[in-house]
Amino acid sequence: MSILNLTVNGVQQKLDVPAHRFLGELLRYDLGLTGTKIGCNEAECGACTVIVDGHSVVSCIYPAFKAQGAAVTTIEGVAAGWHPTAEEGACLHPLQEAFVEHGATQCGFCTPGFILQAKTLLDANPAPSDAEIKHCLKDTYCRCTGYVSILNAVKAAAEKMRSGHMPAPSLPSQVEPLAQIGRALPRPDAVAKVTGQALYADDYLFVGMLHGATLRSAHPHARILAIDSAAAMALPGVRCVLTQQDIPGELRHGLVEYDWPAFAGGPYPARYVGDPVALVVADSDEQAHAALAHIRVEYELLPAVTDPVAARQPDAPVLHPDRPGGNLLKHIQVRHGDVEAGFAAADVVVERTYRTPMTEHAFLEPECAVGVPAGWEDPRYGRHDKLTIYVGSQIPYADRDQVARCLGLPKDTVRVKGTVMGGGFGGKEDIAGQVHAALAAQVTGRPVKILYTREESLRFHPKRHATLIRIKTGAREDGTLTAVEAELYGDSGAYASLGEKVMTRATTHATGPYAVGSAQIDCYAMYTNNAPCGAFRGFGVTQSAFAVESNLDLVAEALGMDPIALRRKNALRVGSTTATGQQLKESVGLLSCLEKVEAEMRAWPLEGASEQLFAPVRVGSKVYGWGVAAGYKNTGLGGGAPDKAEAEVEVYPNGRAEIRTSSAEMGQNLIGVLAACTAEELGLPIQEVSVLVMDTDLSPDGGPTTASRQTYLSGNAARLAARSMRERIQGVLAEKFDLPPAVFAFHEGLAYVDENRLALVKGEDGTPPPQPALPRRLHTLSFAEAVQTLIDEGHAPKLRYEYWAPKTQPLGTGGDMHFGFSYAVHAALVSVDCETGEVAVERVVSAHDIGRAINLLSLTGQIEGGIVMGIGNALTEHYIEEQGRPWTQHLGQYKMPGIKQTPQMRHFVVEDPTAEGPYGAKGVGEISSIPISPAITNAISHATGVRCRALPVDQDALLLAMKRGDRELDRRWGDLPA
Amino acid sequence: MRWQAYHRPATVEEALSLLHQYAGNAQVVAGGTDLILEVQQGTHAAPAALVDVTAIRGFDAVSVKGGAVVVGAAATHAAIESSPLIRQHGTALAESCSVVGGPQVRNVATLGGNVAHALPAADGTIGLLALDAEVQVCSWVDGEVSSVWQPLLSIFAGPGKNRLAPHQLLGAFRFSVCPAHSGSAFDRVMRPQGVALPILGVAARVTLDDTGMRVRAATIAVGPAGPIPFRATESEAVLLAAPALGPPAIEAAVAAAQQQAELRTSKHRASKEYRHELIAVLLRRVLTVAIERARSC
Repeated sequence: MSILNLTVNGVQQKLDVPAHRFLGELLRYDLGLTGTKIGCNEAECGACTVIVDGHSVVSCIYPAFKAQGAAVTTIEGVAAGWHPTAEEGACLHPLQEAFVEHGATQCGFCTPGFILQAKTLLDANPAPSDAEIKHCLKDTYCRCTGYVSILNAVKAAAEKMRSGHMPAPSLPSQVEPLAQIGRALPRPDAVAKVTGQALYADDYLFVGMLHGATLRSAHPHARILAIDSAAAMALPGVRCVLTQQDIPGELRHGLVEYDWPAFAGGPYPARYVGDPVALVVADSDEQAHAALAHIRVEYELLPAVTDPVAARQPDAPVLHPDRPGGNLLKHIQVRHGDVEAGFAAADVVVERTYRTPMTEHAFLEPECAVGVPAGWEDPRYGRHDKLTIYVGSQIPYADRDQVARCLGLPKDTVRVKGTVMGGGFGGKEDIAGQVHAALAAQVTGRPVKILYTREESLRFHPKRHATLIRIKTGAREDGTLTAVEAELYGDSGAYASLGEKVMTRATTHATGPYAVGSAQIDCYAMYTNNAPCGAFRGFGVTQSAFAVESNLDLVAEALGMDPIALRRKNALRVGSTTATGQQLKESVGLLSCLEKVEAEMRAWPLEGASEQLFAPVRVGSKVYGWGVAAGYKNTGLGGGAPDKAEAEVEVYPNGRAEIRTSSAEMGQNLIGVLAACTAEELGLPIQEVSVLVMDTDLSPDGGPTTASRQTYLSGNAARLAARSMRERIQGVLAEKFDLPPAVFAFHEGLAYVDENRLALVKGEDGTPPPQPALPRRLHTLSFAEAVQTLIDEGHAPKLRYEYWAPKTQPLGTGGDMHFGFSYAVHAALVSVDCETGEVAVERVVSAHDIGRAINLLSLTGQIEGGIVMGIGNALTEHYIEEQGRPWTQHLGQYKMPGIKQTPQMRHFVVEDPTAEGPYGAKGVGEISSIPISPAITNAISHATGVRCRALPVDQDALLLAMKRGDRELDRRWGDLPA
Repeated sequence: MRWQAYHRPATVEEALSLLHQYAGNAQVVAGGTDLILEVQQGTHAAPAALVDVTAIRGFDAVSVKGGAVVVGAAATHAAIESSPLIRQHGTALAESCSVVGGPQVRNVATLGGNVAHALPAADGTIGLLALDAEVQVCSWVDGEVSSVWQPLLSIFAGPGKNRLAPHQLLGAFRFSVCPAHSGSAFDRVMRPQGVALPILGVAARVTLDDTGMRVRAATIAVGPAGPIPFRATESEAVLLAAPALGPPAIEAAVAAAQQQAELRTSKHRASKEYRHELIAVLLRRVLTVAIERARSC
């Protein structure tokens, strides 16, 4: 231990800390300033950025003793530095204010780092250009926003600092907003996120807390013969080493199938290198991790299969001998019409094989869970009556049930308490550390935190399926699609996770958003010894859309037809039937999306471009080209799965309301949607509504946050709960004032008799009833008074509403497989450097039919974030495994797009309402990430003449293909060069 | 496991004396953005102690002494990027340092660290090599500091390996003040995927005669093109011999570089064939800019 003197946010500190302390650790764990986030521990993501003597540094690997005698500014001190006279936290720095107003914070985990990094720019340069802002924020990563709102927020803050005026965000136009619906409102949790006050799981610092570290399998497939933890147990600080033998309940968990052991061992071999073998619990995180190397595991190596096609061969090693069908997780089939006749009627047939990569969610907050034993009392977090798990998870109720199952406890003795979540994107649906943290808390009687390192997070959690897709498309001369035949292989990895569901979606969407005469699609979701694959924004449709939309451009080329005209010709519309036999009855805005995107492409031409929209344009060493793709994505679980969400509303005599549902807020602003729906129905200002999510004791089950379903499902549950409450209050007021309930209106925090409604009410003889003899002040009650009346009359101020989505049909039975679809069209303008092969997306035009915009600011954030994630899928991202071992071990080896890769974007919102959606809304979470990848490769093809059939595009292979004059390219980044 | 002691000496004497005391168990650290990562990720054994040289007085200075620009080994990439002195006399170095990492990394990562890490493709190193720079190596000899200037290339032993002994550290770099009609430039090609190092980086400095048509001096650095940072001496000779500086001379220099460089395929980073293309593209681009700069000064 050594003495370190430094000043943090103006306060002098003298600390006795180990010589190897990093500044980030010191700030978070020694000083409790948890606004500084640790995303990677490798100076890669920038989340941990703080300012040391005026210079920004990444505090995760910055030795604390480098800051000896220095002045450090963290997010907690930014505002006080700007308003020197104000109390800390009382005001916001202009950057903080701009991040709130411009929607530049979503999950919020990266926000403190962005604000501090941008502050160093604005301190030196009061009017930075876009290029200067991008240079400054180059290696600070955000996975949610797509950076546009961040860029705009920095510019807005600069303007505020110069002129005192904060410009408003510029957003796409939309239909007329209601009181609360359709407005661009800042997130309810935005201020907490920009000030560093929001608490993520690792920000909970319990007194007396222990730390867990997980030993993972050394081999992709191996039986565990023996575990010797004596040497680890002997180390200082180590409390216990837990293995499969310590699991009191069921040994396995899972979301669809219980096939995933909480620890590999006994009857269950390790089936991938992320499988946990043992858990060390120690006084410190460092001691727990140091002990891992001292556990001796005796393995019996089993042959591994790491390719889904090989996994289907009869001689392949079988992963789950207790399941029928070898390694086949599921064979999914779509049969529609007569494909033979379809191809016979075609004038053009195009058949190609495409490959999409395994990709990683790269949410900036690594997984963390804290287990707290029943009866534990903490000075800060209070008493815990039940075994409680603090975790940022997408499905809190499923977590609770799986923990209870493995611990052999009744469900209602376990409580999952959701923390603020630093991104999910589908990657936080499965069990990570929840079972282990709960078990360790039970065993030790102390709170136990399990925080994954970034390396561990990459190695462990389920990814997006790598796919191999052979697809054959037939069309008549006039462009009419006559047949699609496809075969998909999906690498589902070691465990089922949501793999079957994901690959089902890939299969059912494999005709694209088009009416196709006939289709025959077979998909094989296979178990392999790779990382499990499950949910990831787009849920399989990202993959099949790449194949469908690439083939469609090839068909257009073969027919000499305009790619947009071909899509328009076949686009789904009201009355169309999908390949699964669903007739679309309403809310199909695809044609409108196509029209808006095409018009904007024409209105935004490149200098030197011809009338031919898709003709390449050469400027210097670069060639530019546009590409277009369309997509659709179901809202909700569908396929016959019962789909419901429950919400509870409570109104208070102080005029406020609270809405509760255990749906997950992971950055998408579901809480803003729920608040808006509740406020709209109760006629309250949105600030008067608080939202409680993700607590299995206090909020009813909203179901999984997946399948773009929460705006529709939980939004409807909230809307209908609030509406029922309004009706209850109306009933009480009606009784009290002897008027029909319907005449009471609720608006801006008031309840009053609406003269217009009153005029519509007819008396028994057909004439309007006499004007009520209401005292004048009772014409307008405050909402608070209305609630008081409700309570005085003996009615409960709280009610639950269970919303059931329209029934759907299983695949193969025809009928409505889904109750709604969102549609999108993306156009990308790319540049390719003909000398280096480097590809850049310069512009994107998008149109999304999402039924109805609930919050325009968050909607735009979902669109921009989804598009930039799709750019990553096409150009930068690939989680590479080699013989079942990740080559991608660090975040530095998995590059998500940065701000420099963010194109200029123009968006259109198409609001073709769906009757049962809340105010007409459908989902948007996934569709925004779907068409962009093929739009990019279609653009590359138009620019260079080379069709990339495998993602992500490799500039090396692309340049060589261009030099050789090849028309098609199968090599992608991650394949070893020949 | 990490280190047990962290020292921040204020003088070179103190630093070398500490290194001597630890007898090989201490490691010099500057910004730490490479070293500490490697310790964290287990690819570099944790030393007993770290000796941080960034607090040594004057170690981060940039100055002109005796016709040379002297850059302290602890000068950060950010300081070099924004130094008017280096922008004027060593443009290639300023350009190469400006593309490393993000600002947070450039605020702490030093040129000394970049060179000592000895990667054949390190941007700062390639920029420095094109300036025909020398490096000052400080040693602890009989209880005293002894400093020697030696050619930059002499301290590289192989990829990630330098020739410094445990009791030595880098003090500074120097290169000549930009003569008349002289200019330098740096360019590189990265890939957007998960590879931190450039696929190829090229830097060049040229000095022209009064007509602007003959090359009087040229230094060309390329990385990676072998186990250590590479000087394209054959291309330099072609340029010196060229009767007139024009496209044929540049093409001849390009061909010589393609011939001389030991390009290879590296996993997930680049194919040999691609690098063969890029060395030509980058050398053309860099020479064109350097010549333009030389003609306009």
